[in-house]
Amino acid sequence: MVVLKNLSTEELYAPGHRLCAGCGPSISIRMALKAARGPIAVVNATGCVEVSTTIFPYTAWRIPWVHALFENQAAVASGLEAAYQSLEEKGKRKGKVDIIAVGGDGGTFDIGIQAISGMLERGHDIVYLCYDNEAYMNTGIQRSGATPRGAATTTSPAGKVIPGKRGKKKDFIGICAAHGISYAATASIGFFSDYIDKMKKAIEVDGPAVVHVIAPCPLGWRSNPTETVKLAKMAVLTGLFPIYEVNDGIYKMSMKLGRLLPIEEYFKLQGRFQHLMKPEWKNEVEEIKKDTEKHYKKILRLAGEKIT
Amino acid sequence: MSRKKVESSIEGIIPYSGEGSTITIEGGAVCTQLGCAYNGDEAVAYAAKQSNVDVVAAYPITPQTIIVERFSEYVANGEVSTKYLPVESEHSAMSACVGASIGGARVFTSSASQGLALMHEVLYLASGLRCPIVMAVVNRALSAPINIHGDHSDMMGSRDCGWIQLYTENAQEAYDLTIQSFKIAEDKNVQLPITVNLDGFFISHSTESMKSIADEDINKFLPPRTPIYKLDHDSPISIGGMALPEYYYEFKRQQEEAINSAKPVVKNVGNEFGEMTGRKYGFFEAYEMNDADVAIISLGSTSGSVRSVAKKLRANGEKVGAIKLWMYRPFPTEELFSIIKDLKVLVVMDRAISFGAPYGALCSDISSILQNRDSEVKVLNMIYGLGGRDIPTTTIQQVFEESLHTAKTGEVKQRIKFLDMRE
Ligand SMILES: Cc1ncc(C[n+]2csc(CCOP(=O)(O)OP(=O)(O)O)c2C)c(N)n1
Ligand code: SF4
Ligand SMILES: [Mg+2]
Repeated sequence: MVVLKNLSTEELYAPGHRLCAGCGPSISIRMALKAARGPIAVVNATGCVEVSTTIFPYTAWRIPWVHALFENQAAVASGLEAAYQSLEEKGKRKGKVDIIAVGGDGGTFDIGIQAISGMLERGHDIVYLCYDNEAYMNTGIQRSGATPRGAATTTSPAGKVIPGKRGKKKDFIGICAAHGISYAATASIGFFSDYIDKMKKAIEVDGPAVVHVIAPCPLGWRSNPTETVKLAKMAVLTGLFPIYEVNDGIYKMSMKLGRLLPIEEYFKLQGRFQHLMKPEWKNEVEEIKKDTEKHYKKILRLAGEKIT
Repeated sequence: MSRKKVESSIEGIIPYSGEGSTITIEGGAVCTQLGCAYNGDEAVAYAAKQSNVDVVAAYPITPQTIIVERFSEYVANGEVSTKYLPVESEHSAMSACVGASIGGARVFTSSASQGLALMHEVLYLASGLRCPIVMAVVNRALSAPINIHGDHSDMMGSRDCGWIQLYTENAQEAYDLTIQSFKIAEDKNVQLPITVNLDGFFISHSTESMKSIADEDINKFLPPRTPIYKLDHDSPISIGGMALPEYYYEFKRQQEEAINSAKPVVKNVGNEFGEMTGRKYGFFEAYEMNDADVAIISLGSTSGSVRSVAKKLRANGEKVGAIKLWMYRPFPTEELFSIIKDLKVLVVMDRAISFGAPYGALCSDISSILQNRDSEVKVLNMIYGLGGRDIPTTTIQQVFEESLHTAKTGEVKQRIKFLDMRE
């Protein structure tokens, strides 16, 4: 297991980029690259990370990096892998490069999911990393399929009759695991050693692997930039974002929680949930609790854990 | 080249021509000493095979399907060393092509109609990232209403995507220009993607006599790709960053310079190809244009019909000519102007509608090159053949005859006409 002492001090992701102070996705990238076992290349979807790290003529990436479009990172990565293989077979290039396709939750859960599904089905040796800040942040905090129920975004505002986003967060890892891939996992930037370990495993797997990491966004969550890591931990501890692995279809919890932290504690720290603190939405909070518990128990059951 | 001897008595294989000739199978086609019988799609697949493509990513759509099917067979039979990605959509097909191209590979794909439309945003990415991808576009109408037949609406809909665009008249040209396209696209002064257009069904599904080229000759003509930039561990560069208003414009201007610098390359490659095969290519083919009063300019398979009608009218002493445009983008402005400027009437054939525009796309281009220049030529636009409607030689003859009348009287009745239209 990665501990602070043996964490690589090499920074493949340079400082000086223009992501916000306290940006969770930025932390998620810096940590992910610390899992590198050798040469690594990143194919980045459009989103905050891409836009803010490579404003021409600058770049924050000390590795081969390419941005194509919002929804095609998995397909571009597939082509890149095919090129490396083909040229290698013909003796025109040498050396293994680990390819990581990176997308935000919008580029992953919504618009990019078809290309991701294709990449997983074809069996490319690529790690897919989704940094999840639970909305389209780059375009100004619009809801995505990863936005949790009740969160206010600019396209799921907290109105007089509708209290924020309707519908549940998609079970992205479940979708990926259903492709029969060898490795899929959720992680949190709040638990860095677990996250980096998972990235390492994902890179080591022969064939496609997926890591879905929760990465709070102070701007969109309307939270204090100093509390990003704390929120990333709380997301896990409330049961809202359980962290687990799926190894060849076998679920395994990464952290055993006794009692779940009350979600109000987590909601309180974020502007996007403030409306739910009002008495008229008490029932909505109860519903969210029920949903959360149900999903959490489902994962526990899949992991063969005792349900209390 | 995998040449398999086949007995001419095998059922279902009809010798294409020649008495007592040896019949072989070449890239899936039936061949004799006189040539091979390929349809346009097979010809393109075979050209891609012989061009030693490193990566193919494609998605099937009628009438392009045969290309991907043939290529899959080459892969399944170990006849090519290409990595073939049977992706889940055209959007991903072009995206994977971009990924492979920036990885340094020689890349081929093909599509048509809805598939090309689905790729639309990725087409701009491919040209903006300067990926020399070769794509055969088997031209087909666009929905709605759905129609699988040949017209140019698909390519014209992506006309401004920054790709070099070539059009072909038959299977032979589709084959020849596919091979040339790799050399053009990958030229160090170009580094741009290129489409080879062939009319759906008229070319893609018509079996024709065609001469293929020996593998050894193609290998000499087309050496492996040597990318200028590529993404790999030994070149940790960032590709596709964000360019704000202070830089974006310059990027686009460079792209415009790149596509224009493809002109001499298209010409040189066409000449070199001519030396190798006896079939010379360039920007366009001019038929009886030296003293013509009236000429028709067209793209694709229609050009053959136009030429045959022109030949017939010439025999009757009429001063008519024909121009077949191979290279639509970059547009050969000066060269075209020099051969049309002394005409009395030029008829421009457009197999697509540019809705609400004064003319079809080709006619708009032709009209614009005449702007502020010394020429009296009258330009007439004929829209025709949408959704695969046939354009018979009788219609073309009528167009020539009416235009000869216009040339005589100087009177233009209708600047734009919809041919063979049920009004
Ligand atoms: C086809 C297409 N549609 C819409 C957009 C506009 N767009 C760019 S980034 C983005 C949202 C990105 O959200 P996400 O993937 O969650 O990444 P984040 O910005 O949160 O990091 C949108 C909608 C686009 N670039 N391309
Ligand atoms: S908006 Fe959010 S995700 Fe985007 S840079 Fe700022 S903190 Fe990071
Ligand atoms: Mg997001």
